[in-house]
Amino acid sequence: MHLMTVVDVRHLAVGYDGREILHDVSLAVSGGEVVAILGANGSGKSTLIRTILGLVPAARGDIDLFGTAQRKFRDWARVGYVPQRLGAGSGVPATVGEVVASGRLARRGIFRPAGTADRAAVTAALEDVGLLDRIADPVSTLSGGQQQRTLIARALAGKPDLLVLDEPTAGVDAASQEAFAAALGRFAARGGTILLVAHELGPLRPLIDRAVVVHEGRIAHEGVPPEPAGHHADPGHDHVHPHAALEKAGICEWAPADRMTAG
Amino acid sequence: MDLFQYDFMIRALIGALVIGLAAPALGIYLVQRRLSLIGDGIGHVALTGVGVGLLLHHSPVISAVIVSAIGAVGIELIRQRGRTSGDLALALLFYGGIAGGVVLVGLSDDSSNANLMQYLFGSLITTSPQDVVVIVALGAAVLITMTVFRPALFAVCNDEEYAKVSGLPVRTLNLLMAVTTAVTVTIAMRTVGLLLVSALMVVPVAAAQQVTRGFLTTMALAMVIGLGAAGVGVAVSAEADTAPGATTVIVALAVFVAIAAGGAAVRALRRRAQHPREVEPPDVVLQG
Repeated sequence: MHLMTVVDVRHLAVGYDGREILHDVSLAVSGGEVVAILGANGSGKSTLIRTILGLVPAARGDIDLFGTAQRKFRDWARVGYVPQRLGAGSGVPATVGEVVASGRLARRGIFRPAGTADRAAVTAALEDVGLLDRIADPVSTLSGGQQQRTLIARALAGKPDLLVLDEPTAGVDAASQEAFAAALGRFAARGGTILLVAHELGPLRPLIDRAVVVHEGRIAHEGVPPEPAGHHADPGHDHVHPHAALEKAGICEWAPADRMTAG
Repeated sequence: MDLFQYDFMIRALIGALVIGLAAPALGIYLVQRRLSLIGDGIGHVALTGVGVGLLLHHSPVISAVIVSAIGAVGIELIRQRGRTSGDLALALLFYGGIAGGVVLVGLSDDSSNANLMQYLFGSLITTSPQDVVVIVALGAAVLITMTVFRPALFAVCNDEEYAKVSGLPVRTLNLLMAVTTAVTVTIAMRTVGLLLVSALMVVPVAAAQQVTRGFLTTMALAMVIGLGAAGVGVAVSAEADTAPGATTVIVALAVFVAIAAGGAAVRALRRRAQHPREVEPPDVVLQG
């Protein structure tokens, strides 16, 4: 399974309302690999993973998941999706445990009630992200970072082989970033495959095997993520580029300098 | 209570209690996905079904179930596809439903104003023995559906995209919700009336969530509130000779106000009694 191509995207094009967002993108992620898709806002990086997950229809091209064409793929329990944020609260309370329990449905199906294995998986997933003590608390009382960890626990509860994360580090406190970087590290160490979209990597950087930079709907760069250098390495650096015009040709960190703004 | 020596009162009470339980069990999902007013819209559409039934001399309950189910599925399909025109399409459907109902009821042999009013606002004396059987059977079906599929419906209402990626049959579950909403609206029309049925779906949930912490506890408390409001509402309306649906809704609203006020008072007292709590770390973006 390690040598298997888990995600295989070939010549993908995606558009909304006649405007093409991705043009001819090809990307392969092997089993056990941790791949970061980087790029500025509006580059199409989120659209790429949403199309891989089937949330956005492809205009052209092919997507295979675990060797099966995505249109015929039914084994969704193998995929754990971590959206950018918890859906906007409607006012009906839900506990952390209830939200994480949703992650078991892909494995269990909609007819079978939750059993011992389901409850054990929910507990283990919450322990993994360090939120087990909050299991009975309403998710609305959690900080943004803790809500993000809840969503990772929900994905982990289904015991997936592939985790797909959309901007997991956006607007998250440092403690939570460390906690879920550790959880992702353990997932990868167990042989799990990770595909994540990020604006910046922060504590996730050591996990990343390969970075793919999406720019204006195409893959602009692919390779080992370089260490940030110069003033970019300074923790206080806030990624504002007033000198963007001068640097336009170069790649600042991995994303094109002219699009890089503070998160 | 003397009034319950009459069979029609017993039937009215049974009908009200079944609806008091079933309406919030369904309503919690509608509230969760911000469709609190959908029951009201389907109630409008159901009136056309009543008109069709009266015109064809068939049971208005059955024709109302069919027409409102068609309407609910139509609304759901518009919602699924919809972007811009959804809101307008819903409005057209709602007003078409109530206008069609009023015209069809007027054309039927039994076209008195009183007849129209009992469907719009409910009536204690119109629940026939057959109606009770239909209400209990369909009410039980609604309750079982909402209980058995609670984890799946919760997942869909909480995060529809996540549910899709989990491989859940999201479209089918949404259509199931739509049809169940139509069924609930129709069985409630005899006691609460089509214009007030939505209140029984929403108000108990709104009251319960003032003090609960989880989805399951909210659902359970909302059903208890719905049951209590329906029972008290029927009893009071029989004693005071008021409309049962309106009385039930006012009882439910009174519970909401009482819980909201009580909850706020308890929270204020707790805050005063407690030592300053540990503060969560603020959300900051860690810069790479």
